[in-house]
Amino acid sequence: MAYSDKVIDHYNNPRNVGSFDKSKPDVGTGVVGAPECGDVMKLQIQVEGDRIVDAKFKTFGCGSAIASSSLATEWIKGKTLDEAMEIRNTQIVEELSLPPVKIHCSVLAEDAIKSAIQDYKSKRGGTS
Amino acid sequence: MKLPIYFDFQATTPLDPRVLEAMIPYFTEEFGNAASRSHSFGWKAEEAVETARGRIASLIGASPKEIVFTSGSTESINLAIKGVAEMYAEKGRHIVTSQVEHKAVLDTCKHLEKLGFEVTYLKPTKKGRVTLEMVEGALRPDTILVALLWANNEVGTLNPVREIGDLCHRKGVLFFTDATQAVGKVPVDVEKDHVDLLCLSGHKIYGPKGVGCLYVRRKNPRVRLVAQIDGGGHERGMRSGTLNVPGVVGLGKACELCQTDLAKDAEHTSSLRDDFEKRVFAALDHVHVNGDPEHRLPNNSNLSFSYVEGESLIMGIKDIAVSSGSACTSASLEPSHVLRAMGVGDELAHSSIRFGFGRFTTKEQVDYAVEHVVQAVKRLRELSPLYEMVQEGVDLSKIDWTSHQPGAAKV
Repeated sequence: MAYSDKVIDHYNNPRNVGSFDKSKPDVGTGVVGAPECGDVMKLQIQVEGDRIVDAKFKTFGCGSAIASSSLATEWIKGKTLDEAMEIRNTQIVEELSLPPVKIHCSVLAEDAIKSAIQDYKSKRGGTS
Repeated sequence: MKLPIYFDFQATTPLDPRVLEAMIPYFTEEFGNAASRSHSFGWKAEEAVETARGRIASLIGASPKEIVFTSGSTESINLAIKGVAEMYAEKGRHIVTSQVEHKAVLDTCKHLEKLGFEVTYLKPTKKGRVTLEMVEGALRPDTILVALLWANNEVGTLNPVREIGDLCHRKGVLFFTDATQAVGKVPVDVEKDHVDLLCLSGHKIYGPKGVGCLYVRRKNPRVRLVAQIDGGGHERGMRSGTLNVPGVVGLGKACELCQTDLAKDAEHTSSLRDDFEKRVFAALDHVHVNGDPEHRLPNNSNLSFSYVEGESLIMGIKDIAVSSGSACTSASLEPSHVLRAMGVGDELAHSSIRFGFGRFTTKEQVDYAVEHVVQAVKRLRELSPLYEMVQEGVDLSKIDWTSHQPGAAKV
């Protein structure tokens, strides 16, 4: 399968790899996917006020899954929580030129963002 | 060292230069049709075909008259299974095979099921082996054929062919074995191994693509088949069509080389393979061998690198040509049906890579592979949330994983 240059770039130089301490109150953690499906993404956000000031990820999955989550962290950094909630998987598909069989990778990345935000909000006791 | 390096010898092999040399005249000056009886062009082609037939027969302990040329193993498998089913349908309509067969066998059996045949798909052991007891337990009075791999194309596990063949002969059931991966790697003798039908393919043994054969036993018992390709009655009426003379010559030469070099090739590939595995295991934890270390092809290494997804690993070792699962199924995202049937969890199946070692693989190439595989696995584990959880002592099997459900997986 041929990968797009952007997927290869994110695969070779993934942005924001790593972890935050998930017990910290200003950190939201989203883990989506399942090992038996061949994809697990962990995406974390660090929030100040209502703004995502930093993001990190770790992904078990194919090159497109790694690229989708790497791109997601890049995009959400600096955004408000509401703005980050607006990111759609189709934007990821477009940016990375993902083929149809890899669309689920972008869906997972969108889910990971939402899941991390939800986790942060529930820690704050706010509505989610 | 030239890159990329080929480590996918189960998918196909390069032509041995000695094979190419033997084939070349039959494309140009010796272009005759082996079925032409009226002139020397035909006679020479026929002579070359018969020499090849003799070499193939010799490699597998058969008589030359028992070799039927085809386009390769897929066609041979279709001819063997459909040909037997059609010929012996009145005797019975039950076939025994296994879940870890090549798709050519599985799809052919599915086709026959639609026509009213019954097929038992044996589930192998965790190591991918079909045992004598499993076959014995599946035989019925109406069983007409047992169709089992000699060696599995993905994990390289060798079946106890001789015991199963002996059982089939005692029970009066025909025994077909797909020996595509086994021929040239391990000794094959259709007499001692009690085989009635056997297929092999040129391109798996350093011969050309598009040519193979089916061995069809002529006595004790005499196997009869209904031809699946009609049109002139070539190959004793079992496979019509003008023979691919250069291909047949190449197949013959490839078999001759396999016979003379069998021990040498096996020693060469197994020592490289063993060295590869030893060094990978020394450098990495959580690596598993899929298959049966005791009964395994000398050239095969199927490894699962836990917590690393196979496709991303293949991407990370881009100058090493390998495959995850078999090439025929790698277009799908499903984990390999072979690993699944063996009870390897889907998680490990997604992390599996098949390495193949060949006649022309060098020590230097293996050094390169070890270095780059280890490096790529380490890098991807740094990126893997699963590896991180395991390092933290989390039991992955206890997590309630959900796919595409925001916020549902709690860790």
